[in-house]
Amino acid sequence: MGNKQTIFTDEQLDAYQDCTFFTRKEILRLHGRYHELAPHLVPMDYTNDPDCKLPLALIVNMPELKENPFRNRIVEAFSEDGMGNLSFNEFVDMFSVLSETAPRELKAIYAFKIYDFNVDNFLCKEDLEKTLNKLTKEELTPEEVDLVCEKTIEEADLDGDNKLSFADFENMISRAPDFLSTFHIRI
Amino acid sequence: MARNVNFDPHLMEAGMESPLDEEDVHHSFNQIIAENSQSVAPSEAFELQQLQWELTEEVEDSVHPLPGQGHAPGEEQQDQRDFGWGGDETDPLIANKWSSATLRILSSMPSRTIGRNRGAIISQYYNRTMQLRRRRQSRPSIKDLSRSARPSIRGYGNEEDTTDAEARKREHLVNNLQNLSVSDRVRMLREMPLSVAEKSNLRGLALQKERQTQASGQMHCCSRLKYYTIIAARQGWYSWLSFLHSLQLWQVPLKRVSGRFGTGVLSYFVFIKTLLLFNVFLFLVTGAFLVLPQALFPPDLSADKRSFYGLELLTGAGYFTDSVMYYGYYANYTLQKSCRVDGGHHNTSLSNGTMRGCISNHHHYNMPLAYFFTIGVSFFITCIILVYSMSKSFGRSFRIDKSHSVLAMKVFCSWDFKVVKETSVKIMSENICTQLKELLAEVSHKDDTKTAGQKLWRLMVHALAWAICIGSTTASVVSIFYFSDNMHQNLKKRSHQDPLLKEASMLALPVLVSFINLLLPGLFNLSAWMEDYESPSVRTYVSISRNLMLKVSILGVLCYHWLGRVADSGLTCWESYVGQELYRFLIMEFIFTLLDTLFGELLWRLFSERVLRRRRRPVFDIARNVLELIYGQTLAWLGVLFTPLLPAVQILKLLLLFYIKKSSVMMNCQAPRKPYRVSQMTTIFITLLCFPSFVGASVCVTYTMWSIKPSSSCGPFRELKTMFQAGKRWVEKLEEGNQNLSVLANAYSYLVEHPFFLFLGAGIFLIVIYFHSQVVDGQRKIISLLQEQIENEGEDKKFLISRLQSIHEQRRGPNRRQRRQVCVQLLQLKQGVIYTH
Repeated sequence: MGNKQTIFTDEQLDAYQDCTFFTRKEILRLHGRYHELAPHLVPMDYTNDPDCKLPLALIVNMPELKENPFRNRIVEAFSEDGMGNLSFNEFVDMFSVLSETAPRELKAIYAFKIYDFNVDNFLCKEDLEKTLNKLTKEELTPEEVDLVCEKTIEEADLDGDNKLSFADFENMISRAPDFLSTFHIRI
Repeated sequence: MARNVNFDPHLMEAGMESPLDEEDVHHSFNQIIAENSQSVAPSEAFELQQLQWELTEEVEDSVHPLPGQGHAPGEEQQDQRDFGWGGDETDPLIANKWSSATLRILSSMPSRTIGRNRGAIISQYYNRTMQLRRRRQSRPSIKDLSRSARPSIRGYGNEEDTTDAEARKREHLVNNLQNLSVSDRVRMLREMPLSVAEKSNLRGLALQKERQTQASGQMHCCSRLKYYTIIAARQGWYSWLSFLHSLQLWQVPLKRVSGRFGTGVLSYFVFIKTLLLFNVFLFLVTGAFLVLPQALFPPDLSADKRSFYGLELLTGAGYFTDSVMYYGYYANYTLQKSCRVDGGHHNTSLSNGTMRGCISNHHHYNMPLAYFFTIGVSFFITCIILVYSMSKSFGRSFRIDKSHSVLAMKVFCSWDFKVVKETSVKIMSENICTQLKELLAEVSHKDDTKTAGQKLWRLMVHALAWAICIGSTTASVVSIFYFSDNMHQNLKKRSHQDPLLKEASMLALPVLVSFINLLLPGLFNLSAWMEDYESPSVRTYVSISRNLMLKVSILGVLCYHWLGRVADSGLTCWESYVGQELYRFLIMEFIFTLLDTLFGELLWRLFSERVLRRRRRPVFDIARNVLELIYGQTLAWLGVLFTPLLPAVQILKLLLLFYIKKSSVMMNCQAPRKPYRVSQMTTIFITLLCFPSFVGASVCVTYTMWSIKPSSSCGPFRELKTMFQAGKRWVEKLEEGNQNLSVLANAYSYLVEHPFFLFLGAGIFLIVIYFHSQVVDGQRKIISLLQEQIENEGEDKKFLISRLQSIHEQRRGPNRRQRRQVCVQLLQLKQGVIYTH
């Protein structure tokens, strides 16, 4: 292609292009963003897959994530160790799933992971309470929070275990046409 | 006690085959029961720690369920303490105490492991690739199919306890991936919820395998060629995408707008971008096929050249009248590059293509035919693109069941992840809070009946508002009708006046129409405020329909004026005149939009900040602005026939509008406070762009081409009865040259000119639509049936588990109760000992 970049090999860029929803230029741009988060830690040469992870605190300071109430959960959901330390691959993965062209199913899987605060593969009442408090910045009274959680579970729970499993969540998401446009971060 | 439950892996594998051996399922349950009934009494060799742990387990099994307590250390992921199946105290399951074995079974059920671990995902995608391969008819080998038990709808796999099975599954998956076509493979890879590193691993393995089969010469030469062409095509497509992305048309401004205002306001700017692309396409087509050839071969100008005054930019007349901008400039003959007679290029004007003594080897360009086909084909392609994007948008936003999980959707789908600015985020939180409270109020107190008197009052208010709106619309339409008539009569009379003044007076009608377009929506807003709708979406729909009604009636009366009155009036070159009118309307509309932005947003904000001392800034009215855009685009589509350069004007206008609106919104407006359903609104706007706007414009253009007599002194269709005859003549000429085509031509003329076939086509179309709507209805019914089935399955599950548990307890025998009591006492003693320390 005549690109003079030395950050990735061509095969790596092809692999990124096939496995994510980004083109080559966007991957390079993402690497630039990743690099500027910690210029001393992130190498400019990724041809031999360096093992470099950035901590949660750096990533959630990005302007795209800074004001998002779910920023910690978003980064944790995509990190391998569950603590929020992202390598470049995970960084790309995160923004790929949150990009415009990602399909609804994929987004639903990760949205479920994000809203599942205690990582038990269910959205139980505590998860819902935490979600609500983050959404409304604790403006609702505890009774209202309780009521909303109960009604939500009542509406969406299909198999009657009083929690939302992934199947319930996905079923509910499929009825919401706005999910695709709201669950989207532009980078 | 923590024994690993080992299921037969074939059992829970989902596949397409029916259960081979149902007994296997029961057998495994027996196995579990057998295992647990062998529970030996604890020997004295147990350490206190272990005993304590065991005791805690047993005790908590018997204690009334408390939420979130007593997770044994390090066992959080394994032992799902399923306390509380429901808040219902009468539920028999609540009273049950789950043994750890039951809990282990529960936690390894397929529905609980989705997306949790890699093995499950790999099996799931193995099944999907298998289905895809079957659909694509590339037959998998028998060894890839495995024995499996229950079929399931989605093909969810199960979690394997051994890594062996996972490796096997992986191999199968790679095999499947390799056998898929490249685009399918890429799509599968992208959709997998695995990490990028693993996906590129899988991809690498699949490619490796492919290269191996290639290298070993197993591929046929034709498929190799196909393979290479597909690779080349993909590379080409990616380079094209990269190029488009590198253009980055307005990426940064769009990101800033979405960061501050969210997806709703963003959709307006994205709509501008869409319209821009349509106009660029039109401009390229008309520019390449009409403007460029004619500009290279200018006709002999009969009239004297007028000087440029500057007013022409507004009126489009004067200097521009006899230019390539308008219909009248275009030649009605075949353009030819003349042969060199005396060293120069002369343009020979030949009628009907007769040569004048020049040798051949010329380039011919039949201008009337080109004009006819260019307009026709560009409209056809625009129609296809519009219908395609409309159906795609509709498919995305159409949901069968709307009213069910409103609260859940509000909780999970209403946070706009694009919003980045702090104040906007705060406003969004407040909005969501308010909406949740409203929804709660609605859900709790459903019946809010009004008295008959209140209902009557509301009905009267609505009737009054509608009367005002319809009345004002009718009044404005009638006034435009008479004013345009007046202007037209004056035009014919006052031909001796100062030409500049005459030109300026032609601006009167556009100014009036734009003025009405500016004022009347404000009036509609006032009446909507008077009506005070409860639901904001109803209010939006009503406002859109009123504005639409206004614009459709205005455009209708204008079309009547141009195509009915002006065309028959005997003006020398009525098409150019209509083209100029459309140009004027477009320019005036742009100027008035600027004025509206200036007064409506900037001055209003200054006024409210300085004079009224409020912090509330004006809100950007998305629906109204989008309707303005659609109106402008309708004018552009109407005008392409008469003014081939009008798309260029529209492009310039849209570019300027984008930047002006963006700066105005960023400076003067605040984030919207009302909920805005983006995908629904986007679908509605694209539909409005297609149905009243494009269809209306194409109907007018078709009517013009079909029935109206072109003017006899200018334009490419001068001597014909209708513009359509240019196409007919060409077909006749082809027939003369080649007899075989006469059949085709006859068939074509028969089809087109007899209305019976049109009715037949329309009838078939309607029948197809009816069938599809019936299919949708049937699917709705199936969905409700499936939901019932899921609920029943849930009940079944609960029943089976409670039975399992009761059997397990029976097997353990009555000693357990005594043992349990002893354990409880011991534990309490121990705790008491700790506390006293």
